Amino acid sequence: MLAGKPECIATQYTSSNTHREGKTLEMDYQTPTSAEDAAGLLSKDGAHVLAGGTDLLVKLRAGMVAPKLVVDLKDVPRLRGIENDSQGWRVGAATPCAEIGEHAAFAAAWPGVVESLELIGSTQIQGRATLGGNLCNASPAADTVPALIAAGAVCEVVGVKGQREVPVEQIVTAPGQNSLARGEFVLGFRLPNPPARAGDAYLRFIPRTEMDIAVVGAGVALALDAKGVCTHARVGLGAVAPTPLLVGDGAKALIGTKVDGGALKALAAAASAACNPIDDKRGTVAYRIKVAGVLARRAAGIAYERATSRK
Amino acid sequence: MNDMIIPDLVERELKVVGTRPLRPDGMDKVTGRAKFGADMHVPNMLIGRVLRSPHAHARIKSIDASKARALKGVKAVITADALCDLPSEFVPAGEMMVNFRDITRNVMARDKALYEGHAVAAVAATSDAVAAQALSLIEVDYEVLPHVIDVEKAMQPDAPLLHDDMYTIGADPKPEKPSNIAKRVEFGFGDLDAGFAKADVVVEREFTTKPVHQGYIEPHACLASVSEDGQAELWCTTQGQFIVRAFCAKLLGMEVSQLRVTASEIGGGFGGKTVVYLEPLALALSREACQPVKMVMSRTEVFQASGPTSGAKLWIKVGATKDGTVTAADALLKYQAGAFQGSPVQPGAMCAFAPYELENVRVIGFDVVVNRPKVAAYRAPGGPIAEFAVESVMDEVALKINMDPVDFRLKNAAKEGTRAPYGPKLGPIGLVQTLQAARAHEHYAAPLKANQGRGVASGFWFNIGGETCASLNVGEDGSVAMVVGTPDIGGSRASLSMMAAEELGIPLEHVHPIIGDTSSLGFNFLTGGSRVTFSSGMAIVQAAREVIEILRDRAAKLWEVPMEEVEWVDGHARFTGSGEAKSLSLVELAKTAGKTGGPIIGNAAINATGAGPSLATHLVDVEVDPETGAVKILRYTAIQDAGKAVHPSYVEGQMQGGAVQGIGWALNEEYIYDDKGRLENPGFLDYRIPVCSDVPMIDTVIVEVPNPNHPYGVRGVGETPIVPPMGAIANAVSHATGVRFTDLPMSPPRVLDAIDSNQAT
Repeated sequence: MLAGKPECIATQYTSSNTHREGKTLEMDYQTPTSAEDAAGLLSKDGAHVLAGGTDLLVKLRAGMVAPKLVVDLKDVPRLRGIENDSQGWRVGAATPCAEIGEHAAFAAAWPGVVESLELIGSTQIQGRATLGGNLCNASPAADTVPALIAAGAVCEVVGVKGQREVPVEQIVTAPGQNSLARGEFVLGFRLPNPPARAGDAYLRFIPRTEMDIAVVGAGVALALDAKGVCTHARVGLGAVAPTPLLVGDGAKALIGTKVDGGALKALAAAASAACNPIDDKRGTVAYRIKVAGVLARRAAGIAYERATSRK
Repeated sequence: MNDMIIPDLVERELKVVGTRPLRPDGMDKVTGRAKFGADMHVPNMLIGRVLRSPHAHARIKSIDASKARALKGVKAVITADALCDLPSEFVPAGEMMVNFRDITRNVMARDKALYEGHAVAAVAATSDAVAAQALSLIEVDYEVLPHVIDVEKAMQPDAPLLHDDMYTIGADPKPEKPSNIAKRVEFGFGDLDAGFAKADVVVEREFTTKPVHQGYIEPHACLASVSEDGQAELWCTTQGQFIVRAFCAKLLGMEVSQLRVTASEIGGGFGGKTVVYLEPLALALSREACQPVKMVMSRTEVFQASGPTSGAKLWIKVGATKDGTVTAADALLKYQAGAFQGSPVQPGAMCAFAPYELENVRVIGFDVVVNRPKVAAYRAPGGPIAEFAVESVMDEVALKINMDPVDFRLKNAAKEGTRAPYGPKLGPIGLVQTLQAARAHEHYAAPLKANQGRGVASGFWFNIGGETCASLNVGEDGSVAMVVGTPDIGGSRASLSMMAAEELGIPLEHVHPIIGDTSSLGFNFLTGGSRVTFSSGMAIVQAAREVIEILRDRAAKLWEVPMEEVEWVDGHARFTGSGEAKSLSLVELAKTAGKTGGPIIGNAAINATGAGPSLATHLVDVEVDPETGAVKILRYTAIQDAGKAVHPSYVEGQMQGGAVQGIGWALNEEYIYDDKGRLENPGFLDYRIPVCSDVPMIDTVIVEVPNPNHPYGVRGVGETPIVPPMGAIANAVSHATGVRFTDLPMSPPRVLDAIDSNQAT
């Protein structure tokens, strides 16, 4: 326990009847109120970070993890909330997705990011789920990550040695692994103010209509000049490689074009070429490669529509 | 057929039957008060857990539970020795047959574990955590054996053998060597060669289907308590408390009257809760511990160790003349049984071609064991698998002769007097009426756009009757307690109460239904085979007529007139003789019952026969995304003969539920195994039953062709609705894409692959 922090209550939990794997857990739970304290606690052996808990609690119940210490970050200043100024947007990493989705100005600025977070789980889950958790859980299939990559989002990473800025695409290194050092966590995300004639979109494919995990996800953000020529593009893909991908060749296929049929076809080819997927219970290699191209193309079409309709 | 039950009421003006009152169990369900399998808690209760095989096929060389027994808090540890080993003896469980030798081996492995998740030991401890820890302390020495999960590979002579004493039943000559083929069945008549020779068009196709789980939301759960003198009580979620009693008593070496089984509310069964899994183990643990033991399966355990229905390999050949007459029909069905014999291949073979009137027909079926969980009944067991393939081929035949698929079916439809492919002549059935309703339906003429397709398919299911008891106890205030022995899985408390109220002529609110435990009534066969509204309804009508006889007698005594001069009308005894009009209500007669002869009750104990088959025709529109292979169900209309819809809302609910389960079966549900025979998707995330947003509102049309063997004309309606969907959807997807789909599920990767392969050729 931290001295002088009476709100930090150590609690012993033992598994209940609903805890199917039945390991007896002796677990500390801490709610630090500063980034420094949080980083210190997270540096400890066996510490797990808790934001919305939508991944951690599931893993706990399934017996996949047995944390000695759960560090609940939600009381750390600036971890929650949405801000905007002339420099751009800042979204606290533990802001519940439902809160972001209800933020009209943010939703108008980054509709693709919002549609990605509104695909997570269900309405109830979105009341807890966070962008920081979705990213740091490091699933290749996380829905918000390709959209954030496309948006050019940058993470504020805090640790015992201070703060650094890391592009979203550099956080996930392998399934379940991220590039954060021990004690580090994501404090918030910075996104630019989209220029005039810009738009973004995210599409994912699942076999059902909801309550499923992406077989393929594709996010595209682009901007046009006054003549309708694409001046800026970023393409993110999910569930088609060990990590979410930033597809540079996809952006190249769009920039300098009027996002016409030929450009979209080239984008689809680039997206398919970037894939390095696996065969699993959710899809085959061939299927993911083909559908990645289809979704990238369709997402670019939606982003283009948004860009041209935005004054 | 009971003598009292005569089809006299179908023409009668009905006041309650056919209306849509609120269900009597509705309030408890929406407030959360209803008690399901896992909701029971008693003092000193232990928690039981099961150790399961991690291997698909392994010899159990030894089990050392000494460390588990020594753990503080562990009160009982059992292996197969705690249950009786039983000789081979087939008994009915719903429409399926089970074998006691196999039941005892399925609930706890003896010698060999035959599938991943097969129970090998169980513990009861003071907490779930201690029980789980105890499981980890049990040391099982396995010799892992080669396994087989594919039905055709399992039929090969060199396949790994699950049971070295299994010789194919029904094979001629009798095999000299054991195999995984448990049984061969054959039905049919006529001359196939002559029939195919007459045909202008012949379509021959192979099909595959995957095992699919019933997907009930409530996992298996029970609470058992055995006292020191051997008396036992069991609370469990089941479709048949009397069947649970029979099976458990057998496995534990008890007399049935020592065991009292109470059925909890049930959170879905669909056939999957007609057998036992945890119940004998909880009883055995409780007997050893002399404390109550509660057991609840996790979802993973439900998928690994409780029954799906069979996956199958099918071959169908149908010939027809240009005018649309089917001249011959032939089928070969190979069904996976899971680890023990008893797939529903026999009913599947019987109903494969049952919607058709045929001169030349043959169906051969094989029941094949594989290293998967033993299949259990699932809604019209066997029927949907065979009829999916047949309806696909019929659609193709109709296309080839350029005939509308509904007209083609009408031309060949089975009707009253048709000789069924399995032998007997059919009584009155409503297939023609469902087809006519389909053709007349606005849905059938609605326009379609690009990448959209419409499919039609019909379906047949037998339905059953069986042993049934019921009692009506008239209270001193004139209210009526109705006790039935069949758990309510589809609104039967409503439909049975309605028939009681209709017969007695009293308001429905005065009838209060209870599902009795095994000590409250004589033996009842389980809720299955769409039998309850039919069979328990018959029993209720008989019991009500017995009550009416007593009430007439009491009134006659009070009035000092002959009973023949008292009639029962609208809930009143009425004097019909000459003189002053006299009338006594049921309430008035009930209040004076103590003085007129004692309590008034009606009992019935019958073996209901004469269940009428229910036939259906489904229409479905789909849209296929040609770039992702995703299939969207745009519109769905289910049309079915209910005989008489006692409570039309629940008939419609059955039709809708069956259609939705069929949509899941057709599009996404499948068991995915790794190369070691381990299930990779034992959960609802990756075993994809449809979610609400996957399905449109399922439109329904109820057709009523009365069953002459039931007082209200009732046919079972619960199972038939799952028979047509797979064929209808496969036909729709085929029409939307121009590619014939023969393998279920039609999941997006499979659909996209088929579209791309077709374009490449």
